[in-house]
Amino acid sequence: MARLRHDRADMSAPMVSGKHSLTFVVPALVLIGVFLVFPALWTVYLGLTDYRLTGLAAADPRVVGAANYAEALGDERFRTSLWLTVQFVLGSAVLGQAVLGFAIAWALRDRRGPLKSVTEGLVLLAWILPSSVVAFLWIALLDRDGGTLNAILHTPGFAWLLDHPMASIIVFNVWRGTAFSMMLYGAALENVPPSHLETARLAGASTLQQLRDVVLPHIKGHVLTNLLLITLWTFNDFTAFQLTAGGPDGRSEILPVYIYNVAMSGGRLGFGAAVSFLVLVVNLVLAFAYLRLLRSRGEVRPS
Amino acid sequence: MTPVRHVLGTLGRATFLALVLGFFALPLLWLASAPFDAHPSITASVPDFTLANFRALLDNPYALGSLRNSLIQACGSAALVVTLAALAAYALSRARVPGRDALLYVLLLLSSVVTGTAAMVPLFELATRLNLIDTHLGVVLTLSGGLLPAAIFILKDFMDATPTSYEESARVFGASPGQVLRHVVIPLVRPGLATIAVWAVANVWGSFLQPFILLRDPDKAPGAVILYTLYTEGGAPRLDVISAFSLLYSLPVVVMYVFVSRRYGFRFHGGIKR
Repeated sequence: MARLRHDRADMSAPMVSGKHSLTFVVPALVLIGVFLVFPALWTVYLGLTDYRLTGLAAADPRVVGAANYAEALGDERFRTSLWLTVQFVLGSAVLGQAVLGFAIAWALRDRRGPLKSVTEGLVLLAWILPSSVVAFLWIALLDRDGGTLNAILHTPGFAWLLDHPMASIIVFNVWRGTAFSMMLYGAALENVPPSHLETARLAGASTLQQLRDVVLPHIKGHVLTNLLLITLWTFNDFTAFQLTAGGPDGRSEILPVYIYNVAMSGGRLGFGAAVSFLVLVVNLVLAFAYLRLLRSRGEVRPS
Repeated sequence: MTPVRHVLGTLGRATFLALVLGFFALPLLWLASAPFDAHPSITASVPDFTLANFRALLDNPYALGSLRNSLIQACGSAALVVTLAALAAYALSRARVPGRDALLYVLLLLSSVVTGTAAMVPLFELATRLNLIDTHLGVVLTLSGGLLPAAIFILKDFMDATPTSYEESARVFGASPGQVLRHVVIPLVRPGLATIAVWAVANVWGSFLQPFILLRDPDKAPGAVILYTLYTEGGAPRLDVISAFSLLYSLPVVVMYVFVSRRYGFRFHGGIKR
C-alpha cells in the first residue's frame, strides 16, 4: 500500500484547540452518523419487524422478533442464493481474480515497454469503466443471436446468459475485477529480491518451487490483504444485477440481488433488512480480519 | 537452465499473455467500434464510419440530461466530501483528541462494512422519511456519507506530512484557525484535495445502486441509471443511442483516471476504490 510515509508533523504544540477542533470535525461526523452509522443500526431494528412497502404492514409494522431469520433459513430461495453467493465469491474472486491477477503480474514482472503497458491498460480499463457500461458490453458479447462470442466460436443461437447464468457472471466478474489483484501482486513482486530467485533458478528449482519457496514467503501479507478485500467487494457487488437481474428463475440470484428483489421489488422491507443484517455481519468479520492484518504488519500506524 | 525449458517457458508465457490480451480486449471491441458504425449491430465489427450516432443522442429525451444529472451529483458529492474531510482531517491531524486513531479506524471500518448492498433498505427508508426521494441532494448525501471516512483518512496523512512551522508563524501574527486553514494549510495540501475530489467524482459517476433506488423520476436519473433503462426497457434496444452514450459516459472516468495516475502516480491508495 503506497501511502505517504513522510516525517510526522511536529505534534509538540497543538495547533487547534479542543473547542475549534470539535467544530471542524462535527459536520463530517454528523453526515457519517446519519447516512452510515444510523442506517447500519436501523437495519437491525427493521430486520425484527414485518415492515412492508405497501399495505397494512406499511402503515403499522409489528415487531416479529427473530421470525424473519427463521423464515429466511427455512426458505429454499434464500438458501439457494447463499450457495450461489459462495460460488460467486470463491469462483470469481478467490480463484479467478486472485490467481489470474497474480499470473499476469508474474508474467509481466521483468517486462518493460508496450506489451506490458497495453496489457495493464486493458485490464485496468475493465476495472475503471462504469458498471452500467461493462454490463452492457457483456450482454452484447454474450448475446444469443448476434453476440461476438457466438460469432467467434461459431455457436450461433447459444444463449450463455440463459443457459449458464452463474458461469457468465463469474467469468464477467473475473474480467471486471482482476486489475486490483494484478496491481497489488505487481507491487508485491517488487519486494522479492531478484538474487533469491536467481539462486533458486541456478539450483535447478522449477517455477512452481520458486513460487512456493522464494516468492510466497515474501508476499504472504499481500496475499491475505488481497483475498480479504476482493472477498468483501465481490460479496457486496451489485453489478451482476445489471447482467441477469438474478434470473432466469433465480439461478444467478446472489445475495445483493436477492435483497433487492425481495425488499425493493417485492416490497418486503423488514425481511430484506434481516437478510441485509446477515450481510453486514459477514462484512464486519472480513473487515476486522483485514484491520488486524494491517496492524500486525505495521502498515497502519498504531496509536 | 536447459535451453529446451527456456524455450518452452518463453512460449508458455507468450501464449498466456496473448490469451489475457484477447480475454480483456474482446468485450471492449464493441465499445470501440459500434459508436462509429452507421449500422451498429450487437456484434463488434469494423465500423462503416459515421458520427450520426452521437447526433441521435440529441433526440433522446433523457440521454444528455442524465449526463448533466451525473455531473450535478458527482460534483456536489465531491465538493461536500472535500470540504468536510479537509476540515475534519486538519483538526484530527493537529489537535490532540483522545481516541483519535481509534475513531478513524472505526469510521474506516464502517465505510467498508456498511455498503449499499447491506444498507439498501434503511437508506431507502431514511430518504423517504427525509423527503429526499427523487432529489439530487438525497443521492449526494447518501454517497458522501460512504466516501467521507476514507477521504478523512487519506487527507489526514497529507496533513500529517506538512510541517506545522508555517501555521505557527501565522498563529503568532494572530490568524484564526479558519484563516490558517484557508491561507496556509489548503495551499500546501492542494494535491491531496485534488486527488480526493477526482476520486469522489469517479466514484459517484459510476454509482448505480443508490441512484437506482433513490430516484424514480427519469428526469433526475444519472447516466448509470439511464443507460441501464436504455437496454432493459421493452422493445428493440436502440444500439446507435446505447453505443454512443456508453462511450460518452465512459470518457470522463478514463480521462480522470489517466490524469490522476499521471499527475500523482497513485495507483491505488490503501485499496479504497469503492
